[in-house]
Amino acid sequence: MFKYIVKRILLAIATIFIVCLITFFTMNAIPGGPFSGEKAKSPEVQAALEKRFNLDKPVGEQFLLYMKNIAHGDFGVSAKTGREISATINSKFKVSAKMGILAVLLAVVEGVFFGSIAALQRNKWPDRVIIFVSTLFTSLPSFVLGSFLLVIFSVKLGWVQAWSPQHQSLILPVLSLAAYPAAYITRLTKTSMLDVLGQDYVRTARAKGVREGKVLFVHTLRNALIPVVTYVGPMIASVLTGSLVVEQIFTVGGLGNEFVQSITNRDYPMIMGVTIFLAVFMVTMNLITDIVYKLIDPRITLE
Amino acid sequence: MAENILSVQDLHTSFTTDHGEVMAVNGVTFNLEEGKTLGIVGESGSGKSVTAYSIMQILEKNGSIRSGKVLFRGEDITKWPESKMRDFRGKKCSIIFQDPMTSLNPVFTIGWQLEEAIKLHTDRKGKAAEERAIEMLKLVGVNEPEKRIHQYPFEFSGGMRQRVMIAMALACEPDILIADEPTTALDVTIQAQILELMKDLQKKMGMAIIIVTHDLGVIAQMADEIIVMYGGRVCERGTAEDIFYRPAHEYTKGLLRSIPSVDKIGQRLVPISGTPINLLNLPKGCAFCPRCDAAMKICLEQVPPETRTVDGHLASCWMAVKKEAEAGMINFTGDSGRSLKADDTAGAGSGKD
Repeated sequence: MFKYIVKRILLAIATIFIVCLITFFTMNAIPGGPFSGEKAKSPEVQAALEKRFNLDKPVGEQFLLYMKNIAHGDFGVSAKTGREISATINSKFKVSAKMGILAVLLAVVEGVFFGSIAALQRNKWPDRVIIFVSTLFTSLPSFVLGSFLLVIFSVKLGWVQAWSPQHQSLILPVLSLAAYPAAYITRLTKTSMLDVLGQDYVRTARAKGVREGKVLFVHTLRNALIPVVTYVGPMIASVLTGSLVVEQIFTVGGLGNEFVQSITNRDYPMIMGVTIFLAVFMVTMNLITDIVYKLIDPRITLE
Repeated sequence: MAENILSVQDLHTSFTTDHGEVMAVNGVTFNLEEGKTLGIVGESGSGKSVTAYSIMQILEKNGSIRSGKVLFRGEDITKWPESKMRDFRGKKCSIIFQDPMTSLNPVFTIGWQLEEAIKLHTDRKGKAAEERAIEMLKLVGVNEPEKRIHQYPFEFSGGMRQRVMIAMALACEPDILIADEPTTALDVTIQAQILELMKDLQKKMGMAIIIVTHDLGVIAQMADEIIVMYGGRVCERGTAEDIFYRPAHEYTKGLLRSIPSVDKIGQRLVPISGTPINLLNLPKGCAFCPRCDAAMKICLEQVPPETRTVDGHLASCWMAVKKEAEAGMINFTGDSGRSLKADDTAGAGSGKD
């Protein structure tokens, strides 16, 4: 197990390095740069700024310098605002993560619950209703759902105040963020639960005299959740790091928003910082998923 | 005569499907004596497994016992509430299944699964339950049980898993063990070992066994009494000798013709022609009639009653009735189909006496 984790961490470092390499050179290949804005600057100022961010050097050298800096834990400052990259990511991530954690919890609880109900009530009306609603939510783009919720509940009914830095009402963004994963987990749980309910070992448990509740929650659910876990791990990573669309609609200043802005601004240090952060987060979540996978399914060997 | 521990009387079980009502068991009657072994034999779809599941009341959701009684020590357990049935399952009556590869839960240790049954039905908890689990594994011939209780099913071979299933079934010393095709999924050498083990444990623990199989060889080795099933009905019942040497029902004869044996080297096996009957639409008469070479008119029209054959065992076949008539015991004209007077046809439920 320990050996496996060490191996995975080494692999992760290699993965992240490759991500950096590709991002750095692609980013530089996009026309324009952080200081080629509309506002005219004097050549001296331009040159000084470029020198400050090493932009006067060849791209290869820039990359090596950047890698050297991050190896020392220095992600630099934003080329737009001059603020520390790590501080910015930290504060933006907090907003996205808070929303994300709530959305993940909602999605998992709701998905497993309704998925199980649908499986147990197969072909009866609760199953049909649940499957209809979850199909609807898996095919509904989040910008449609988000705008819809915002119009109905904030504008028309006025039940929920729209998000603002002063009034951070998370209900609507969390709902729109959780809708797709919740619907997906519902369907995944249903399929998987039905599969497990038909297994011989469930019949064995009943034949032993185990009560029905325990048959479902201990013997069935644990097996049924194996495929769900494989989906939830990467989902956590993508939901926690912020959804651009949902953050835009609700004007939540999270990491997703920040990332897109940094790309539009050609804010090189910021792009790199966010990319590395996302890559590390994703790789870590995948590792955790694999470990959890091993914990619930002993047949998996971590090699 | 030993007491009947289990008595199944005129059991009907069916399944509701999109295509209609599947009549899986249609009036099965048998008695199981304490400590004895009953064999139920028949081809796929003959209702033998469904009979076993009906006794345990572990049918699929769409299946139900329509009528009939299952008497356990004289009490009709089909009337028992679910909570009482839970105590029956695993404690009074256990079952082992056909496929040991899929019958154990893959995500729990062998010890956990054994102890679950022990904790449910006995006062043993914690350490005591674990000791019992180890003791049972030792009894069924699993080596190093102290170590193996911490392992998962995937670390066991098929034969070993079936031993674990047997250990789990017998951990609470049930009165009855139902073995539903216990050796079908195992290879031949392991089959013999498992059957030996079951016989051996029966001697030690004294439980009655119902062994359900399509394998006549298995039945011959194990059973004191055999019932042959077809189309959800019992077509013949008797001792192994009766069934193997003096079959009276055309279906039993067909089954025996279709198994290889050393006496038949060089001869072609004779399969039973046709396909098993459609349980959605049972014929009015004998279920085997469409595949029977000796079928008469009456076979199409009336279900044959259980008749005592010349040598004394029971068969539900008009041919057997006819033979009786020829022997001058009853008045029968098979081909007219109407003038039957079977004064000596044993009624369902009389069993053997």
